[in-house]
Amino acid sequence: MTHWIIAPVILPALLAPFIVLAARYHIGIQRAFSVAGVLALIVIAAALAWHVSDGSVLLYQLGDWAAPFGIVLVGDRLSTLMVLLTSVLALFVLLYAIGSGWDDRGWHFHALFQFQLMGILGAFLTGDLFNLFVFFEVLLIASYGLMIHAGGNARLRAGVQYVLFNLIGSTLFLFALGSIYAETGTLNMADLAGRVRLIGPEETVGIRVAAVLLLLVFAIKAAVVPLHFWLPSSYAEAPAPVAALFAIMTKVGAYAIIRVYTMVFPPDLEVTSGLHDLWLLPAALISLAIGMTGVLAAKKLDRLVAFSIIGSMGMVMVAISLFSPAGIAAALYYMVHSTLAGAALFLISDLVRTGRADLELTPQPPIAGTALTAGLFFTGAIAMAGLPPLSGFLGKLLVLDAAFDADLVVWIWVVVLSFSLISIIGFARAGSVVFWKAHGLEPSNVAASGVRPTTLSYVAVGGLFSLLIAHTVFAGQVHAYTTTMAAQLFEPRAYISTVIETQGKLSKPKEDN
Amino acid sequence: MEMLVASAIGIMTAGGIYLVLRLRTFPVILGISLLTYAVNVFLFASGRLTIGAPPVLRDSMSSYTDPLPQALVLTAIVISFGMTAVVVMIGLGAFLGSNDDHVDDQPTGLEDQAEGKS
Repeated sequence: MTHWIIAPVILPALLAPFIVLAARYHIGIQRAFSVAGVLALIVIAAALAWHVSDGSVLLYQLGDWAAPFGIVLVGDRLSTLMVLLTSVLALFVLLYAIGSGWDDRGWHFHALFQFQLMGILGAFLTGDLFNLFVFFEVLLIASYGLMIHAGGNARLRAGVQYVLFNLIGSTLFLFALGSIYAETGTLNMADLAGRVRLIGPEETVGIRVAAVLLLLVFAIKAAVVPLHFWLPSSYAEAPAPVAALFAIMTKVGAYAIIRVYTMVFPPDLEVTSGLHDLWLLPAALISLAIGMTGVLAAKKLDRLVAFSIIGSMGMVMVAISLFSPAGIAAALYYMVHSTLAGAALFLISDLVRTGRADLELTPQPPIAGTALTAGLFFTGAIAMAGLPPLSGFLGKLLVLDAAFDADLVVWIWVVVLSFSLISIIGFARAGSVVFWKAHGLEPSNVAASGVRPTTLSYVAVGGLFSLLIAHTVFAGQVHAYTTTMAAQLFEPRAYISTVIETQGKLSKPKEDN
Repeated sequence: MEMLVASAIGIMTAGGIYLVLRLRTFPVILGISLLTYAVNVFLFASGRLTIGAPPVLRDSMSSYTDPLPQALVLTAIVISFGMTAVVVMIGLGAFLGSNDDHVDDQPTGLEDQAEGKS
């Protein structure tokens, strides 16, 4: 049993208190330890991903207690990929926060950042539903602090909405867990997968309620319409690096849906039939439509990016709710792309804010460094709207291709293509108003607000773009890998047997089996 | 016994949802507290209600109550307690800053329509 798999949880958990206790007044030391921690995380995550890329499943039994009794951490292809994606994203977000000085505008940015990472990484690695709830709470409570970092009335008001909405979501999660435990007597995902199948056809009322409640909870996290209302205000008002990190938080919801609804409630299960194709797919299509319409309707740049996040989550959820291996593979490819593109766009909107009074989509005098910023925005918009040559286009093609066998194929094609057009118009309008029309104005007070963003800020955004380009160039390899990932998800026997049959304390001796 | 616990959960949930829909910070926080009480009792009952039985294994006892929901509910209580404290602080900060305790966005700002009706 390797201990490395718990390192992504332990390392931030130790770094955060260290930063609070030992380096409270020294922003330089905080920055150094934070960056070093994230770099170490990337190395560990890459090693873990490499280790499980042959299809094996890593298991870590905490305290050596055997699976249904103790808590387990499980690493397979999907969870290690998400861990790697999170830590790489965290590095560039952290570089931007340092470069733009956001981390110095309030207290404890780095400590909260590390706790946030601990929650996200733990949620990806855990193999236990209640533990998933606990890690959700860890990432949420850190995100409450990060969300209102640097204060301000508008931010606090948006923070209240965000916290209250998520508290209600957490309560719903507990109701779902209570009903699952009452029906099956276990909360370990691998154990649940076996027990849910044993429930007789007459006794499915409780487990049906539990499955729907759990889907609602994850849909809140993934901002699926009509449960998306928390997202636009909070992402737009949050400090830009925080919003960029939050780009991975919606994916935690998507990850949880993929994990639970391929293993515990698989699509062929009688109990939850109709949940995926009848409810989730239309909801995903509507979120795609509403998100992309929001891109066109937004009056501020940060809100535009927030709505584009909803739209891209809609695209991910469309691909997920197909619940076919091709659909999940496309969803995973698009998910990586949408995380990187969304984070980059949030950082770019902050680059714009550096030179302007506000982010209203009105013509204002040109900002300092406008050519470079405009170029970056152009690239980000191409990526997010899904135009060639970047990975958004390839991801969308994969989703459309996977949708061929679905019943609603016409609807999927129509909605995806027409609302992509709307988002292109939205991005083009925003870009031309912010960057192009600026040159028609008298450059009267440019000197007053002519603060150039630092080089490190540009490096962080450029790093995210280089990842996007790599994601496009190596699309064949990445998609081949996500296809093997989807195959592993739809054939969960290796996962289940690794979790259940590995010996530990309290497990039955071998000869009894 | 089952009737008593079930109706307690039901009444607390109903009251909690009513208060959450009031859209002012104070009633909403009270409503969420009621909801967390309800879910705590619900979690506690999810291991079946057993009267007068210990949750710890001993040699002389033959009937037990399920110990796991008690551990779960303890975690849930601690988390909801902490979260309520956080939301009270943030809500207080927002109220003192803008002298307004509406949870939803007010239609004064041009851009703030339509979102955030939590």
